[in-house]
Amino acid sequence: MHVSSRPTQAELWSALSEVPDPEMPIVNLVELGIVRSAEWHADQLVITITPTFAACPAYAVIDESIRQRLQAAGVADVDVRVQHSPAWTTEWMTAAARSKLQAAGLAPPPRHYGNVIQVLMEPVACPRCGSHNTTLQNNFGTTPCRMIYTCVDCKEPFEMFKPL
Amino acid sequence: MEQTHQYALSGYLIALADDELILGHRVSEWTGHAPILEEDIAFANLALDEIGHAKLWYELAADLLGEDKYRYPDQLVYFREPAQFRNLQLVELPKGDWAYSTLRQYLFDAFETLRLGALSQSPYTPLAEIAARIRTEELYHLRHSQAWIPRLALGTEGSAHRMQAALDTLWPYAQALAAPLPGEQDLHAAGIVPSSAALFARWRAEVEQFLTGAGLQVNLHFPISDLSRISHSQHFPALIHDLQTVARLDPEATW
Repeated sequence: MHVSSRPTQAELWSALSEVPDPEMPIVNLVELGIVRSAEWHADQLVITITPTFAACPAYAVIDESIRQRLQAAGVADVDVRVQHSPAWTTEWMTAAARSKLQAAGLAPPPRHYGNVIQVLMEPVACPRCGSHNTTLQNNFGTTPCRMIYTCVDCKEPFEMFKPL
Repeated sequence: MEQTHQYALSGYLIALADDELILGHRVSEWTGHAPILEEDIAFANLALDEIGHAKLWYELAADLLGEDKYRYPDQLVYFREPAQFRNLQLVELPKGDWAYSTLRQYLFDAFETLRLGALSQSPYTPLAEIAARIRTEELYHLRHSQAWIPRLALGTEGSAHRMQAALDTLWPYAQALAAPLPGEQDLHAAGIVPSSAALFARWRAEVEQFLTGAGLQVNLHFPISDLSRISHSQHFPALIHDLQTVARLDPEATW
């Protein structure tokens, strides 16, 4: 590919913003905060990502989705690399992503500013009715990044994205 | 980092990873068999996390040795002989009943959380950053086991009996947490990793207080014949056979 025909950084990030998270398709990879960089190494585009949880099983799907979307944008040679440090944190998730989670009934991770233990002591708001009268059901949930609560007022169980 | 330290650290990390891998394998045996659905979900997640942590350490070891970090972890996991693994016997013992597995998880995770706290202060940045990441995930593991142990130990006569029996069996094996990891002496002298013996003293104080608070009797007389990570229990070859059979059927297969 001739250099001048390469997508710009803005075009690349725009394309990446169209790749949904496989487990929460309402949010995309960029607003989830897992895409670190998009850099050209000669004619190869190297996308560096930082998975949410160490053992995130969605990684293979994410890798393939990124590759497909960028190939559709005209980049023939894409390499997706994983960078584990610095570790991903829910603090990197954008406000837009948090709002989308909330609207979908998945409580967004509370902001913790580096103190996860402290924030886990605080009451969690039910994403459906807004009540803070909720109880922890399980520290684990349907994916590694979620935990299960029950709302005492509206009686509905719900999941929260774990602060990390 | 000096080359001798790089080599020592790779051995240290492989031992840490082996603990995580083997514990994760044992925990995964609960998938579909836990006493209630919520705990089936919890144990499946615990297993996934532990194996994910193993992968991070194996990859860092690969980097230090100049190996391919995509292939080397699989080579270590699927193509070593049982005698080449450096995990503690504590993590390889059969899963036992659910009280036993829950207590083992607590004993191991409480120590690991202390070690990760110390490693996250290491001057070797890749090590420190991965330790900090894993430690945050481990906080959820500890919250889980710390909720269940008092529930069982202070529950019915039957659940209390099982929890005490689990502690009596596991306590001697847990003493091996005090033994240095491969390469630890040199790495500790260089300020790269903490001393297991020092962590063990903190662990024992913390764990004894917690278990005693849950009404359990902690036996201070613990006969333990072999603290090393070289010897394995009679149960270990069968575990490794389960873990490796499929990969060894076709070593060149791509997944």
